[in-house]
Amino acid sequence: MAIEIEKPGVGLSKVAVSETHGEDSPYFAGWKAYDENPYNESSNPSGVIQMGLAENQVSFDLLEKYLEEHSEASSWGKGAPGFRENALFQDYHGLKSFRQAMANFMEQIRGGRARFDPDRIVLTAGATAANELLTFILADPGDALLVPTPYYPGFDRDLRWRTGVKIVPIHCDSSNNFQVTPEAMEAAYRCAESMNLKVRGILITNPSNPLGATIQRTVLEQILDFATNKNIHLVSDEIYSGSTFSSSEFISIAEVLETRGYKDSERVHIVYSLSKDLGLPGFRVGTIYSYNDKVVTTARRMSSFTLISSQTQHLLACMLSNKEFSENYIKTNRERLTRRYDMIINGLKNAGIECLKGNAGLFCWMNLSPLLEEPTRESELALWKVILNEVRLNISPGSSCHCSEPGWFRVCFANMSEQTLEVALERIHKFMEQRRRRN
Amino acid sequence: MRLIVPLQSVVQGRGGLIFGSLIPCALFYFLQLYLKRHRSHNPQSSPPSPTLSSPKLAELTRTSSRSNLFSRGSNGQVRISTRAISIAKPNDSPYYIGLEKASEDPFDRFGNPDGVIQLGLSENRLCFDLIEKWILENLKDSMMGSDDGDLNINGIATYQPFDGTLELKLAMAGFMSHIMGGAVSFEPSQMVLTAGATPAIETLCFCLADQGNAFLVPTPYYPGFDRDVKFRTGVELIPVHCRSTDNFTLSITALDQAFNQTRKHGTKIRGILLSNPANPVGNLLSREMLHAILDFAREKNIHIISDEIFAGSIYGDEEFVSMAEVLDSEGFDKDRVHIVYGLSKDLSLPGFRVGVIYSFNENVLAAARKLTRFSSVSAPTQRILVSMLSDTRFIEEYIKTTKRRVRNMYDLFVAGLKKLNIRCADSSAGLYCWADMSKLISSYSEKGELELWDKLLNVGKINVTPGSACHCIEPGWFRCCFTTIVEEDIPVVMERIQKAVKSTTNLSNSS
Repeated sequence: MAIEIEKPGVGLSKVAVSETHGEDSPYFAGWKAYDENPYNESSNPSGVIQMGLAENQVSFDLLEKYLEEHSEASSWGKGAPGFRENALFQDYHGLKSFRQAMANFMEQIRGGRARFDPDRIVLTAGATAANELLTFILADPGDALLVPTPYYPGFDRDLRWRTGVKIVPIHCDSSNNFQVTPEAMEAAYRCAESMNLKVRGILITNPSNPLGATIQRTVLEQILDFATNKNIHLVSDEIYSGSTFSSSEFISIAEVLETRGYKDSERVHIVYSLSKDLGLPGFRVGTIYSYNDKVVTTARRMSSFTLISSQTQHLLACMLSNKEFSENYIKTNRERLTRRYDMIINGLKNAGIECLKGNAGLFCWMNLSPLLEEPTRESELALWKVILNEVRLNISPGSSCHCSEPGWFRVCFANMSEQTLEVALERIHKFMEQRRRRN
Repeated sequence: MRLIVPLQSVVQGRGGLIFGSLIPCALFYFLQLYLKRHRSHNPQSSPPSPTLSSPKLAELTRTSSRSNLFSRGSNGQVRISTRAISIAKPNDSPYYIGLEKASEDPFDRFGNPDGVIQLGLSENRLCFDLIEKWILENLKDSMMGSDDGDLNINGIATYQPFDGTLELKLAMAGFMSHIMGGAVSFEPSQMVLTAGATPAIETLCFCLADQGNAFLVPTPYYPGFDRDVKFRTGVELIPVHCRSTDNFTLSITALDQAFNQTRKHGTKIRGILLSNPANPVGNLLSREMLHAILDFAREKNIHIISDEIFAGSIYGDEEFVSMAEVLDSEGFDKDRVHIVYGLSKDLSLPGFRVGVIYSFNENVLAAARKLTRFSSVSAPTQRILVSMLSDTRFIEEYIKTTKRRVRNMYDLFVAGLKKLNIRCADSSAGLYCWADMSKLISSYSEKGELELWDKLLNVGKINVTPGSACHCIEPGWFRCCFTTIVEEDIPVVMERIQKAVKSTTNLSNSS
């Protein structure tokens, strides 16, 4: 969009006026409806229940307990001796103790099946910044990244807005539980080529958002082989790695690299954050773990635009290096998420709704395609509007995740109390009954 | 490095055999020449292993970028973007080299008396005792909210508005107003909070200019602007040179000349980037000058970014006038003005990452708000700052005490330099002075200035920022920050300057 000089006001940039931030899509429109009429157990029991926000609130008590018992984490020791140094610390390398704690935590999540070197950790203010930063480093404006569908709606903004990089989707469908296949990757690559776009990398989310399922080892190997053959990068966003329901089912790309003796590893980069596993999105803590030295150096320098508060680094370094806390947290969090998942799956089943078999994340991938008038995006959005306005649940339509099959919806279950989840399930039950009676 | 891009496409086979061999050879020769001039490490030949520490990574970066050019076909090393290639280069700016040397061997009066004295980082270390006292007395209540005495992490753990909580904006608005002498009030709804002033500047550049556009910036300027404005946005900085004859004050004539010159070359100017108080000189823009700049911006229909991060570090008697105050009196055409602020200087909390974009332009605010998702202030930090900034009694005492202590250090430091016949530019703000050492350099040139800088760093063991790193057009000027040391260190600094100046060792060929 060009800025005309004849306009009375002073002009803005293309970035400022572009719609690439995506905030006009249904994904965000639902949030507006929720903001205007939010559910509250006592004061607004008929309000909209927010099931479109992947936030983890099931383990706050564990965090509160730790902070109560360890005041040194949120202060700077008796007499605050460490305060001065901490307040002045703006080194983009980040606190060594915090990087060490993050590396250990990431190892614990993977059951010790992969090692992480603290010096390869680059800190950013959230995974949003980490993904954008990596895109700036791996691709030039006009280049492309391949991303399997369905994918997190935020990627459209995070990977494309300021970077000028394009996303070419790798289409996945329900015939094989939405898994990535070599054919689908090839097709996406050829599609990019036909549009004269240079593919610079492939970005996967493992465990997947919105599917709520981990990627199988064989598929990871195929993706890595594909990236190696095309000589492109592989970014693995493992933000939900600590939110798997069983510790053994998640396989990180780090483990695959380890078994291959780190051959060809310089093309692999892992993104992680504490927003989901630890339920601390407000803290703004993200990391890039790269096996490529140049990427580490460059990412570190670029992280000047998105540093983590030194106060927060100090707090979390204390908390995460407490082995007793972290082990207990990971285990308990997993158990509680599993319980929530079972609750929602059974509730939906009783209402006659099937979901994709999931084993991770803060949401489930629900199949409402039988309810669609026609197997089209418009039908899906119409159904979504009904659910938002009549059932008063904000869930995310698959089309906002670029799913090629209409009728799938992402439903979050960890950002509310169990009672609220019960209310939501009741409403769905009622809605489905009404539908059946109508037919 | 624009050299690298065409070379890569040549190596990929689109240029033909002759180009494929001649051009790489020629460019390789020039690359070697460039690297030789700036070499300070030994090149390594072994491939990178996952456990190297960071200084070594910088060395390997250079080697692997060379091998990337010529062995891409054979060992198929994966490529990074053009943007990243220039950022990955080892940093050869004296500004950064000096900072690194000082942090590797920091001076300590008792523990390391021969270490490097850090005068190159504009940090205020004079008033930590006050902040520490506040922390000890107030932290417990301020960090977590409490529901009937129980800790409640929900309030700070969950997603917050990316552009900062209303509480912090309110507290910040009050603080900014206080800092600027109460002459102007700030609206929280026109505020966007960012993780430091660094992303505030970058975010504004993304909003106001397209790739290839430019901002006019008076020189000398803060070396970090080169990174903040140019790194990822692709926006250029056009220097508008100021001179010692005017005490480095901006002139509208120079602004106009630079504007016209740039336009002739086909580059679109989108705005002016100012620092007021100025860094590195430390002078203030007068009310008249602010009006004149506003008129100029209006005439050319461009933006003004006013970085007022040192607004609270006034030690002189001159009055600080914010661009916001001038706009208040003008009453119109506010859409083009955007102010940047932060807590790194006035409150000495650079580690906490708190910056402010203050704009009168609704469209800019709307875009900037959305962009803060990439650089938000951390929630626990927001919480503690709401408490601190709202404690008006503490803030008043802090502002008063800082002013007194900075003024004291300034007087002693400048007097010390005067005894060595080194005069400083007239300044009334900032945490530094702008010293004229042009009489002490061997040749009146950038080379001469860098030789002196080298001697000061390696013989005198003091890190100061040379004017060339700030794009100063007159050689021999150095920025010396005096708030990172204590009174007792000042005579030591002066001795070391003398030692460095008197030394006849020519170090520039030995590294």
